[in-house]
Amino acid sequence: MGEQLRGIGASGGSVTGPAYRLADPPRLPPPGPVTDAAAERARVADAVAAVRADIESRAVRAGDPTTAEILRVQAALVADRTLLDEIAVAIGEGHQAPHAISAVLASHRSALIDAGGLLAARAADLDDVRDRLIAHCLGVPMPTLPQPGHPFVLVAVDVSPADAALLDPTRVLAVVTSAGSFVSHTAILARARGLPTVVACGGAVLEVADGTTVTVDGTTGRVTVGEAAAEPPSAVPPVVAAKGAPGCDPGRTRDGQPIALLANIGSADELTGVAAEGVGLFRTEMLFQHHTVAPSPEEQIAAYSAVFREMSGRPVIVRTFDAGSDKPLPFLRDNQEPNPALGIRGLRVARRRSDILSTQLAAIAVAARESEAKVSVMAPMVTTVAEAASFAALCRDAGLATVGAMVEVPAAAVRAAELLQVVDFLSVGTNDLSQYAFAADRRSGELADLLDPWQPALLSLVALCAAAGAAVGRPVGVCGEAAADPAFAVVLAGLGVTSLSMAPRAIADIRAALAERSMDECRRAAQAALAAGDPAAARAAVG
Amino acid sequence: MMRTVALGTSTGLHMRAAATIARAAAVLGVPVTVRVPGRPPVPADSLLALLTLGAGRGTELVLEAFGEGAPSALDRLADLLERDLDAEGAHG
Repeated sequence: MGEQLRGIGASGGSVTGPAYRLADPPRLPPPGPVTDAAAERARVADAVAAVRADIESRAVRAGDPTTAEILRVQAALVADRTLLDEIAVAIGEGHQAPHAISAVLASHRSALIDAGGLLAARAADLDDVRDRLIAHCLGVPMPTLPQPGHPFVLVAVDVSPADAALLDPTRVLAVVTSAGSFVSHTAILARARGLPTVVACGGAVLEVADGTTVTVDGTTGRVTVGEAAAEPPSAVPPVVAAKGAPGCDPGRTRDGQPIALLANIGSADELTGVAAEGVGLFRTEMLFQHHTVAPSPEEQIAAYSAVFREMSGRPVIVRTFDAGSDKPLPFLRDNQEPNPALGIRGLRVARRRSDILSTQLAAIAVAARESEAKVSVMAPMVTTVAEAASFAALCRDAGLATVGAMVEVPAAAVRAAELLQVVDFLSVGTNDLSQYAFAADRRSGELADLLDPWQPALLSLVALCAAAGAAVGRPVGVCGEAAADPAFAVVLAGLGVTSLSMAPRAIADIRAALAERSMDECRRAAQAALAAGDPAAARAAVG
Repeated sequence: MMRTVALGTSTGLHMRAAATIARAAAVLGVPVTVRVPGRPPVPADSLLALLTLGAGRGTELVLEAFGEGAPSALDRLADLLERDLDAEGAHG
């Protein structure tokens, strides 16, 4: 039996396979004197050629034209003559190759940041160029996804949403991160792909040598390092069997109380083979996360229409662009903020760029008119009733009749009744509501206990929203990942939540869990959870 | 010789449009510079330098090249700069 590591199970299933580590960006060694300037210039030239060839080959292999184009531009940037000229000058001034690269890119980076707007968003591209060039000069592995040529378990400090979105379930068996939490994007995207995932595993997992066999249990959060005697190694990703019945029967309790079970999606692709009553959260920003310029109305109409076509006759809740914080959209990012999670994100972006919101609403309205789907829109990061009212007015002017507000900010939760005077429905985003209510960064593994959705204070905030909805007969849904936990879904139903939206593959299990309980049993479970002193007691009380 | 054009790309000289210009400039065989009037010229085959011009739609750009091949090189780049590159090809 090998060494046991313990993290937080973030996506269920167990799998055994060889571990490969996602490299960190390299650090610069201490500077030294240049003894041979020609040799330093050759180091740079080698690095440029290798990195450029690497990125170009990725562009050729990229599955979609947008990704390919981004990679081709990135390859051009690597070999940019201004950079190369200045690096050569810096070497002449006595800097070794990696330090010359770092200094030149740092000066361009700050020039782009100072220029603001779209140019500032390009600073991240330069960082990637710097990291890759320096890594090559130093002879350390590139900070990119491992490609061992066979399925593997990805080990990383954390995985950025962009990397995570590209994880291929036929190559990646499971994900283990030293940092992260249940609600980090690594976890959310891994769940959407059905990849067993353990997060917040601690630094020890980063010490596991590439190729070492590990067993990842995404249900219990255990990672076993070394040959696991208990289970034979498997070379294919596990197929997670859905317990519920197929088809798209509406969700309901045993005694027939309807609880709509909806899908969280980022694009029409994710609806393939999905049996859902509708879409409860269409994350429109996922479509355009690599765009350097705002997507055109035509592009938006096409992307929205693709989803509405799949959901003909069924409800689709479109969330307007939720940019900022941990998922910046290059075309919406204006400048660097000291604390992005508390900055210009979600609906707040419209304070600066109202044109992007009005273009998006117009595009949604056109796509909705041309389809049979029951389309409604909601805004992310609504904080005040005034914000919700002005968003609702914009939507109705655009011809979108049904308007909602997301409740992610505690200030919005405590004014749920007033919000429902200006919007038609609320949708509680439990991940962000936890982050803001508990003042705990959602990527922090160390604070994962505070981000536990069973925290009674979070349940109280959800209860407040549900009660406000019940009082006026308006829907209040939950679209956080927590809705995908069967026991928690029962509690949410008992609190009076009218719809649950989750990763499509979780729907069948939730449907089965609700069908086993009467509405009274759900209410008793909710009261027991609310009365509990802490998350463990709340779980135990529900059984 | 010199040529003045107004930038045609609807969203300005951002990453993808600049990459298109730089790629074209790199194969002209003649060095071409680009400047915004009143500011120093930058090499047209440098993506990063083009970006930092901060040119928006309609910004006047002065192209310069010398020697044999200069006229056709300027024709080629002026043509690209005047087009709306955003309206062509894949978005990114």
